Amino acid sequence: MEVEQTALPGIGLRHEFTTRSGRRIGIVSHRTGRRDLVLYDPDDPDRACETIKLNDEEADALAELLGAPRIVQRLNALHSEVEGLVSLQFPITPGSPYAGRPMGDARVRTRTGASIVAVVREGQVFASPAPDFGLLGNDVVVVVGSPESTSAVSDILSGG
Amino acid sequence: MHTAILFLELGAVLLGLGILGALALKVGISPIPLYLIAGLAFGTGGILPLATSEEFTSVGAELGVILLLLTLGLEYNASELVTSLKGNARAGVVDLVLNAAPGAITALLLGWGPVAAIAMAGVTYATSSGITAKVLSDLGWIGNRETPVVLSLLVFEDLTMAVYLPILTAVLAGLSFASGAIAVAIALGTVSVVLLVALRYGRFIEAFVSSPNSEVLLLKVIGLALLVAGVAQQLQVSAAVGAFLVGIALSGELAEDAQELLTPIRDLFAAVFFVFFGLQTDPTKILPVAGLAVLLAVISMITKLLTGAYAARRAGIAKAGQARAGIALIPRGEFNIVIAGLAVAAGVHPDLGPLAAAYVLILAAFGPLAARVVQPFITAIAKRA
Repeated sequence: MEVEQTALPGIGLRHEFTTRSGRRIGIVSHRTGRRDLVLYDPDDPDRACETIKLNDEEADALAELLGAPRIVQRLNALHSEVEGLVSLQFPITPGSPYAGRPMGDARVRTRTGASIVAVVREGQVFASPAPDFGLLGNDVVVVVGSPESTSAVSDILSGG
Repeated sequence: MHTAILFLELGAVLLGLGILGALALKVGISPIPLYLIAGLAFGTGGILPLATSEEFTSVGAELGVILLLLTLGLEYNASELVTSLKGNARAGVVDLVLNAAPGAITALLLGWGPVAAIAMAGVTYATSSGITAKVLSDLGWIGNRETPVVLSLLVFEDLTMAVYLPILTAVLAGLSFASGAIAVAIALGTVSVVLLVALRYGRFIEAFVSSPNSEVLLLKVIGLALLVAGVAQQLQVSAAVGAFLVGIALSGELAEDAQELLTPIRDLFAAVFFVFFGLQTDPTKILPVAGLAVLLAVISMITKLLTGAYAARRAGIAKAGQARAGIALIPRGEFNIVIAGLAVAAGVHPDLGPLAAAYVLILAAFGPLAARVVQPFITAIAKRA
């Protein structure tokens, strides 16, 4: 997929690409920090038929919504290339002994050899969480390791 | 007593402009034509001639030109100018040839002479980047794929102005060919040096100008612009170009901050400038040239449409986008009046001022309206195709 970048003198930058189904999407990044999400008219591919203005916060939220599942997918793709290494994701049930405690308390790496590489909470990804990162019920943890060690982590976090 | 009358006149004029501006906002057109009309009404031969504040408005108008060009320069940085010069030179030259021709030929056909032809070429050439930028953002055309084409043509025009204005200044000053050539050489040299300095050493200028205090920043930027403008004027290079170059030399966050601070001051003095041009123009002289102005406006609308279509087609834009690029280029405004103002001040031809005023009145008002009215038609045509 090719993302085209065009300078808009006096305004900023525009990135655009065409989806596989033939729709064209663009992002205009204004120098002022404003972002416009632009959808092009299928009948007149040069015309922006929808322009949605986004402030910093909204742009971040949109990026996270679109990016969060992708990070997990990319991890899976990455690990399928390395033999014997899997990444597993599973939720922390509200009844888990570690819900509401710092992640370090579970001593996951010492006990199993697998690592928690990310925590997804309400669509937001916390990559490489530190041992003092507090786990909460309904968080989804992403674990990387051997098949045995990752399932051991699942057992520990769900009650062992 | 004198001060009281001065304040009364100025207050009435500015308040009137404010009300006209509100009206323009409501109708969705540029306020520039209304400011010009206000100037016509108050000037010589108008319904209510102003006497006392003429001196102030004349200085205010000069400041308006400096601030217009300074803020225009602030919008661009040097590397953007160079890239767009490289990538769009051919479309830029087509724009120059097609759109300078109607003005120059008109002046020659009317027997106004070569000096007036050079001035009129500038009047019909330059698209108003201010009005066009507003049209693009008002109609949601900024995301459109033909918009970079339009913007880079505007950049090219502004750069051309940096070369054209010194030439015009030299010609208007009636310099001999030799000293005119020297003035132009100085101008070109200055433009190149400033671009080079801005590209290589821009951060030193920025380090000198920048300040966390907005008051200090404002004073430094305006001071620097006026100083350079004064030096440029002294060298017969045109004060406006000096201010434009200062704007280009400043870039990044500093330029954004400066622009934000300068915009209200520029709006005030730019309004004064348009009024002043109107003041100098006798409205009774407009009627005889009105037909000519309409004809010239129609011709240069067509030439801009052709320019837009050509430039957009080169960029691989489809028919509808080509038409939009042309329409976006139609508005004329500040630059054209700046050029006409220089020519009027030099007394080139008594009809030049009225013709330019009527011409800009038509295109500054009609350009944005055309874009608004034509948009649905273009979409319909594109849908059918």
